[in-house]
Amino acid sequence: MAFESFADFLAMGKHGFYVWSAYGISAFLIIASMVLALRGQGQVRQTLARQQRRAELDAEVNDESRT
Amino acid sequence: MSAFGAALKRELLVLWRSPAEMINPLFFFVMVISLFPLAISPKPEVLAVIAPGVLWVAALLAVMLSLDGLFRRDQESGVLELLLTAPVMAVVPVTAKLLAHWLLTGLPLVLVSPVLAHMLQLPNAVLGTVMLSLLLGTPALTIIGAIGAALTVGLNRGGILLAVLVLPLYIPVLIFGAGVIRAAAEGGAVNGILAILGALLALTASLGPLAVSAGLKISSGN
Amino acid sequence: MLGSPRYFYTFSSSVLPWLTPIALVTLLAGLVWGLGFAPSDYQQGNSYRIIFIHVPASSGALMGYMALGVAGLVAVVWRMKMAEVMLKAIAPFGAALAAISLVTGALWGKPTWGTYWQWDARMTSMLILLFMYVGVIALQNVIRDPRQAARAAGLLAMVGVINVIIVKYSVEWVQTLHQGSTLKLFGESTINPAMKYPLLISMLGLWLLYAVNVLMRARTEVMWRERRSKWVAKLVTRPEKGEQ
Repeated sequence: MAFESFADFLAMGKHGFYVWSAYGISAFLIIASMVLALRGQGQVRQTLARQQRRAELDAEVNDESRT
Repeated sequence: MSAFGAALKRELLVLWRSPAEMINPLFFFVMVISLFPLAISPKPEVLAVIAPGVLWVAALLAVMLSLDGLFRRDQESGVLELLLTAPVMAVVPVTAKLLAHWLLTGLPLVLVSPVLAHMLQLPNAVLGTVMLSLLLGTPALTIIGAIGAALTVGLNRGGILLAVLVLPLYIPVLIFGAGVIRAAAEGGAVNGILAILGALLALTASLGPLAVSAGLKISSGN
Repeated sequence: MLGSPRYFYTFSSSVLPWLTPIALVTLLAGLVWGLGFAPSDYQQGNSYRIIFIHVPASSGALMGYMALGVAGLVAVVWRMKMAEVMLKAIAPFGAALAAISLVTGALWGKPTWGTYWQWDARMTSMLILLFMYVGVIALQNVIRDPRQAARAAGLLAMVGVINVIIVKYSVEWVQTLHQGSTLKLFGESTINPAMKYPLLISMLGLWLLYAVNVLMRARTEVMWRERRSKWVAKLVTRPEKGEQ
């Protein structure tokens, strides 16, 4: 450990503000990008599933009207 | 070369018939430059410091804005499709078009620049360097900007997007173009910097037309 | 093999479940080591600890743009579909890394230089790199047809890679002209090994995380592009194991 106590670790000498805001902003941006990537995948999946269900329903309706 | 000559003649004629497209960039250049003494300070010693940057930023914006419609008319009239499917390589007519456009929009900026440089209180000994830097720099700006214009040709809102795409690419030319004037004003050596500007022009002139015709092909969807 | 979208999808399905935890653990290990255990710098005290995110982000942003250029070349010249997908997938995280590099650089600059921003060669180049990422993303968002959008962005990225190199030299040249007070954050590669290893580990971790992000985004794009194919239809109704 380079620090004597946890409070020391948070203080980072006199530079706690700079170090922790740098890491905070970085973490925010990285997490946001990961979350957006994950959400995009979910959205595409949902859209495609919905389209498919609608197509199947349309097909059923067409079948019934034909008979 | 005859194909190139014919294409150049055609482009010059077309541009010549719509003089507003030629004159507007020139007026824009003069107007933007005259804003700075009013906005910052008319003091000669202040103006002499900002003059190289002001001249170059104004020239850069004038060239960029003149490019917005570079391929639009050709696209609307269907000439562009013809040009891309012609038996001659697309590079030849594209190069002719860029040269014609520079001759009628870029060259006038170079020619009026000594007057504006004088109005911005640059010493007379520097005026030659001002012209030379713009003479080497503006064609490079035209070619680089044309790549952006080619990629945005089919889009309705070209203007701002073109700026976002093209301005980062203009930075090296801007740095060395304004830098050489500053070096000359401070009495330093200019030949080496002018050589770098020349090298940038050679690079853009050799690869640029290829990139422009590739961009046009992508934009027209084949 | 990876050129086939379907093969890519199954391949990435098998890679992501173990690559993601490895990336996260590596990054966290490097950061914890760097923040808590590496010795403090004798000149800068503890503010230098920003290096453990600043340098990985900067190198990641630069590599990402180079990768965009390579993907652009492949997409424009050989029209490979997967290269087009990659153009879309690589850009967002790269832009985020460029932004991180700028913000952390500024926060490091304040205690070191006494100012948040200085037009030094590296910061300026990174700012321009961020602009160029923005250009690539903006162009892709505006063009409707995804294939055309990707190839247009690819051409822009190719031009951009040449520009990155020239910008670096021209910005350094401006520095020599001004002779500004550029305090080097570190001397010529005389970094203490106790600082070097956590740096290398967090760099590896962030790069792996970049790869995870690219794979995730590429899968989304592949699925959307291939939405009319049978294998995607099957996938949507019956999710694979380990996925929701």
